[in-house]
Amino acid sequence: MNKRTALHAEHVRAGAKLVPFGGFEMPVQYSSILREHDAVRHRAGLFDLSHMGQFWLTGDMVARWADTLTTNAVGTMKPMQARYNLFCNRSGGTHDDTIFYRLEKRWLLVVNASNADKMWQHLNANCPEVGVELKNQHGKWSLVAIQGPRSVAMLQPHVDVKLDELKYYFCSEGHVDGAPATIARTGYTGEDGFELFLSNNDAPRIWSALLEAHRSEGLEACGLGARDVLRLEAGMPLYGHELTDAITPVQAGLSWAVKTAKPEFLGKEALERQIQSDDYSRIAGVVMSGRVPAREGYTVWHEGRLVGSIRSGSIAPSVDNKNIATALVEKAAATEGTRLEVEIRGTKHEATVVPLPFYKRAK
Amino acid sequence: MAQPEDLLYSKEHEWVRLDGENATIGITDYAQESLGDIVYVELPKAGTEIEQFFNVGVIESVKAVSDLFTPMSGKVVEINTTLDGDPAAVNREPYGAGWLFKLRLSDPDEAKSLLGPAEYEKITAG
Repeated sequence: MNKRTALHAEHVRAGAKLVPFGGFEMPVQYSSILREHDAVRHRAGLFDLSHMGQFWLTGDMVARWADTLTTNAVGTMKPMQARYNLFCNRSGGTHDDTIFYRLEKRWLLVVNASNADKMWQHLNANCPEVGVELKNQHGKWSLVAIQGPRSVAMLQPHVDVKLDELKYYFCSEGHVDGAPATIARTGYTGEDGFELFLSNNDAPRIWSALLEAHRSEGLEACGLGARDVLRLEAGMPLYGHELTDAITPVQAGLSWAVKTAKPEFLGKEALERQIQSDDYSRIAGVVMSGRVPAREGYTVWHEGRLVGSIRSGSIAPSVDNKNIATALVEKAAATEGTRLEVEIRGTKHEATVVPLPFYKRAK
Repeated sequence: MAQPEDLLYSKEHEWVRLDGENATIGITDYAQESLGDIVYVELPKAGTEIEQFFNVGVIESVKAVSDLFTPMSGKVVEINTTLDGDPAAVNREPYGAGWLFKLRLSDPDEAKSLLGPAEYEKITAG
């Protein structure tokens, strides 16, 4: 039995198509994935992300302890800063990719819905006896994202925080239409935008108020379908696709978030060895020459040899409507400009390796 | 939405417009609505013989690949090539510009195994 977010009734009322995702019944689309995608790229979209795991971390030791379990730096984070971070296993494979938020009185850790139980166990199994307290708020707090070029203009009248002054990957404690909220300038779409952490009591009222106030300006409720296309275009990994227990952050092109200068962290030795060897399959951006979409699991060939497989694929409205994909391929096949072939229903289709991201917004 | 009265339907959500020994095939409004934004359509090649209820192609939406079945047997005499550049026509006009292929029927009696508009309506209501 799938759980429901506090916004479930809003989704049903809006006629959303609901699917099971990460243990929750979530909207995959409201009107049309392509229409919702267009809203985020050109106006703004509103997402319910309350299925994501939220953990509260308190105590003097949080930063020092978290630095031993994560690849990126926690201890150097400034107050009210947010930072992308990864948890790895001893072999360097990825437990989860997450965001740490350093709030005034606690740390907030947002984890993938599908990994929330695994991560909760992982944190508890490694928690010191003193100096760190963990609280599982998964499903107890809501997360609503507003994403798109118009998100500052649309959100500003509702909040008591000067959004223009809130820097990318920073957050602020404030209010949305009177409801206490953590307002973060983070997102997963490749556009400017904000993520709002709200109590389950307040979330439905805020969701409806934002939609009603700005629908005429083009704000649309957006589902996970549009979110997946947006994040893929923006070159952002999705756990289970570009990152898994067997795919390391280094393989996924996330070495910028692997701080080997840290004295120790789980998976460090394996990741260092991998970086030094520079001999591993890696995630490459791929653009199909033709109109047939590449999908997860399709095999990828180079000069007649099997070199890997597709991890994610979609049509990309923001990349000239081409079919884009990520592939996990051997090093020799991952260089920009390499001609590959993707096998689709028994036929090989031409593709080319391109740098990630596929799409970058104009600043 | 009420089903067009002049068509026959399959349980796999295709429609058939009969014209003597010829037939035009498409997918229903219900089918296009369930699939969502259609981004690619792979049709049987003109000239091939296809058999009733067999898988003859695919329809791909943003999220998924779905098999396309033929509701009747026959020789493919024409395919809708405009869908190559405009697959969304299947979403916009499933019974018009979004038609898929035309058949010279090998057994027009197969029409008896298809559903009328009212019967098909019952399937989609359930």
